[in-house]
Amino acid sequence: MRFDTVIGLEVHAELATATKIFCACTTKFGGAPNTQTCPVCLGLPGALPVLNKRAVEFCIRAGLALRCEIAKFSKMDRKNFFYPDMPKAYQISQYDLPLCRDGFLTLDCGKKIRINRIHLEEDAGKLTHSTGTERYSLVDYNRAGVPLIEIVSGPDLSTPAEAVEYLEKLQRILEYLEISDCKMAEGSLRCDANISLKPIDREELGTKTELKNLNSFKALSRALDYEIKRQSELLAAGQAVRAETRKWDEAKQQTLSIRSKEETQDYRYFPEPDLVPIELDPAYIAGIAKSLPELPDEKKQRFMADYGLPEYDADLITSAKRLAEFFEAVNAWYFNPKAASNFIMGELLRLLGEEQLKSAEIPVNPASFGDLLKLIDEGEISVSVGKQVFAQMFRTGAAPEEIIKAEGFKQISDETQLLAVINKAIKDHPQSVQDYLGGKEKAAGFLVGQIMRETKGQANPKLLKDLLHRELEKLKE
Amino acid sequence: MELCDLTIHELRGLYARKEVFPSEVLASVTRRIHKVEKDYGAYLTLDLEGAAEQAQAADARIKAGKALGVLEGIPVAIKDNLCQAGKEATCASRILQGFVPPYTATVVRKILAQGAVILGRANMDEFAMGSSTEYSAVKESKNPWDPQRTPGGSSGGSAVAVAAGEAIAALGSDTGGSIRQPAAFSGVTGLKPTYGLVSRYGLVALASSLDQIGPLTKDAEDSALLLNILSGFDPMDSTSVRVKELDYTRDLQQDLSGKKIGLPLEYFGAGIDAEVKRTVMKAVDLLKELGVEVVEISLKFTEYALPAYCIISSAEAGSNLARYDGIRFGKAAARIEDNLAAFYTRTRSEGFGPEVKRRIMLGTYVLSAGSYEAYYKKAQQVRTLIIKEFNEVFQQVDAIITPTTPTTAFKFGEKSQDPLRMYWSEVCTAPVNMAGLPAISIPCGFSCGLPVGMQIIGDHFMETVILNIAYQYQRVTDYHKARPEPVRKEGTA
Amino acid sequence: MRRVSEEDVKYVAGLARLNFSADELRTLTGELNRILQYFAKLNQVDTTGAPPTAHVLKVKNRFREDTVEPSLPREEALKNASTVKDGSFQVPQIME
Ligand SMILES: [Mg+2]
Ligand SMILES: [Zn+2]
Repeated sequence: MRFDTVIGLEVHAELATATKIFCACTTKFGGAPNTQTCPVCLGLPGALPVLNKRAVEFCIRAGLALRCEIAKFSKMDRKNFFYPDMPKAYQISQYDLPLCRDGFLTLDCGKKIRINRIHLEEDAGKLTHSTGTERYSLVDYNRAGVPLIEIVSGPDLSTPAEAVEYLEKLQRILEYLEISDCKMAEGSLRCDANISLKPIDREELGTKTELKNLNSFKALSRALDYEIKRQSELLAAGQAVRAETRKWDEAKQQTLSIRSKEETQDYRYFPEPDLVPIELDPAYIAGIAKSLPELPDEKKQRFMADYGLPEYDADLITSAKRLAEFFEAVNAWYFNPKAASNFIMGELLRLLGEEQLKSAEIPVNPASFGDLLKLIDEGEISVSVGKQVFAQMFRTGAAPEEIIKAEGFKQISDETQLLAVINKAIKDHPQSVQDYLGGKEKAAGFLVGQIMRETKGQANPKLLKDLLHRELEKLKE
Repeated sequence: MELCDLTIHELRGLYARKEVFPSEVLASVTRRIHKVEKDYGAYLTLDLEGAAEQAQAADARIKAGKALGVLEGIPVAIKDNLCQAGKEATCASRILQGFVPPYTATVVRKILAQGAVILGRANMDEFAMGSSTEYSAVKESKNPWDPQRTPGGSSGGSAVAVAAGEAIAALGSDTGGSIRQPAAFSGVTGLKPTYGLVSRYGLVALASSLDQIGPLTKDAEDSALLLNILSGFDPMDSTSVRVKELDYTRDLQQDLSGKKIGLPLEYFGAGIDAEVKRTVMKAVDLLKELGVEVVEISLKFTEYALPAYCIISSAEAGSNLARYDGIRFGKAAARIEDNLAAFYTRTRSEGFGPEVKRRIMLGTYVLSAGSYEAYYKKAQQVRTLIIKEFNEVFQQVDAIITPTTPTTAFKFGEKSQDPLRMYWSEVCTAPVNMAGLPAISIPCGFSCGLPVGMQIIGDHFMETVILNIAYQYQRVTDYHKARPEPVRKEGTA
Repeated sequence: MRRVSEEDVKYVAGLARLNFSADELRTLTGELNRILQYFAKLNQVDTTGAPPTAHVLKVKNRFREDTVEPSLPREEALKNASTVKDGSFQVPQIME
């Protein structure tokens, strides 16, 4: 039997506001437990929520970027359930009138993935479970009340690879909008997946399972792979798939049932009486629309068109907004897109990786970076010296000229000085000279390498090549 | 007449002329408390030492000729569902035993800023659910006019404190009549402001879309004075309304001639005690003499207001009370390792009283899968019709007059075993909350020696109109000055 | 109106995290049925075309600015808790 796979994702992103959604407590990550709470986010009797304006704005930014309709009339609702990380025993969320609905996101192959809705809600606190013999859990409410948007896709994804691409694109967009840190490791971006299989000749969808605890792209991809295999084996054996919630077990590399859908929760949604409706002025929404940045896909296309970058380069360089901005700033100062792209992809990303820095914190001035490229282009230094200079620029923030001067990196362009080294090399490597004279032009390359080593890479490469040729040709005569 | 039987405005006059000082008034109130509190049980907790300090500070300010707050040196009681930092707030429930809020309700902050002397925390029905204080988990408060009878509720303790001179004024909260009904039963003046006029921040919620804080006082002028302090936009309460600051005493003196009052037939029909009707009608006749034009009106959704109110208030209450789980605050049951759900259930089952559980069950049921449309949504739609009907009536009249309660104060145990009979106590008051309107209950006579309350309902934010009518009525009557027997005895002794 | 059974009441009690003895459950079921019957009075009202009212006043768009203010000191946040450990609220573990 052959099956189509039907996948939909529910993504929760923590919004990068300064304060929580309903109170003035900070949203800063990593504070000591329960030091960022107040009567409102602790759900103390008598405390009341007041909606954070910026959280609403951020949700709308996401909606506009994902081509959603923005609701003219929206409201908050209560979702009732008991759980110790939910201080009020209800989550303030949105039920039937989310802020954004009916948008889409386009995959690279051109396929449109529908976005059913984006709504605003509050995050829960953090539970830590004891591991010893004494069984208890500890609750930290610092995260309780941090604003979230929940982005619900249509059941339009057909493979784990599409799901991963969708999530990567979504992450990139939210990062471009500067509304979320989108760090899966810190939990500021979280993903649940709904997945079902249906025989290819059938219309109606199969029974779906809901997968939780997908804390990385790898977990998403593997959990979906696992679930496809599990479900297809069941179906092939003539057994039914149970509607249930399953959790990805990272250690066991499998999904495990945690709750069957028959015991589905009765959330008793109703309009939040403590918060008034949201009726946004079209002019306000238009203002937000106008302020949206160029989005990753548009930027990528433009980089290919305007800078002549290959798709691979354009994709990598637009993977983070700051990186793309850096690239443009470099080229505005000194235009050599391909050289800039090579240096960014090679050196900059490597060093950013080594230093564990986000691309948002590039410690190099783009003008200095341009100057460096210019020095290389003009033959002042070689590419390999350029790399050494760049490493220092990255660490110290100094200008390339200063580093070259301080380190004596100046290129040797003095003919007599170079000739001395060339003649020494010719004398030291007679075999290579013989090979060259015998017609093996490549042997000259070996000699260049030797000379470069001798000069610590400072020989002017163009001049060196010319002089070496001249000397070798002399020997022919 | 003892100092403790005076009003805020009378005391303000005496203070201004330095004829009397707050400590003397507090001493009088304290004497009265010592004399009658054991019989009436108005308070859950008293803080007379703290009050004495506040009163002395007020003395000093008066003596020094400093600018005085509106409530400078006025001893008041506050209902036990209003948070004050550092003071235990229990809502008369076992489950909140020992809860000491780390913050202060906006209204409490405001009265303190105006120099009020807080005497203590008044008894109430548990979580404000009830109409007699019989559902207080701590004690019953007794009606000073007849201690065999309840003082009404849920702000029963506040009403008793004012009626018996155990406070000059009090704060209460009103979700379906919880200020007006006990005011009527206890012979005091009780005002429920327009929804949104007074901040709910720090009021332990019963039903968020209906709750409103208001004053219980000895007359309309005191209500106006207190409303001046309580009202106003609060950024901490999203449902609080930005309205122009008003002096609610402004129109008290206004002549009533030309005012048009509506009498809704439905509030004088079956289920309303004949003597109560007769007493209210007599009061209406007196208002006619003062120049008021009276017209008969019809509010045909009245009979549906109470069931719709019960559905909505229970639904909101069920959700609001879900947070009482014994973890962050309140009294927890013995721990059960490994079983959080059982711990929750044990804490809540031990902590809540029967009426609170009943309402939580009702509220949970009407919102649960399959019931939402039939009950909750239906009630909200009926609410729309109720509001619309009131709006239409207020196109024609300035105010509506009804009895505040269907009967006078009832005896202990008379209704507490029958939830529907208890809910019926709010039949005249709950529609007002459903529409978010302001209403005041004032004493308008006696039936078999028990006070009868007249309810004056105004259009949204038209507190000045109903206060004006109440004030003019009280100018020509003495019902609000009548004191219950034991108090009178002391007064004449 | 559909009458609620003791089973229904038990289900609702579960949602509300309340527990009732067999006697209480019987009484409560009777009470709830009487009250629900009273609520059913609303079926007499034609509400066609009437939108539900959640908020009585037409207030909308109440927002706060995204400005940080001090949180409670931790001792204050924890002082009403029944059990505290390592700066956190301690709760019984959840049975899975
Ligand atoms: Mg969600
Ligand atoms: Zn907070």
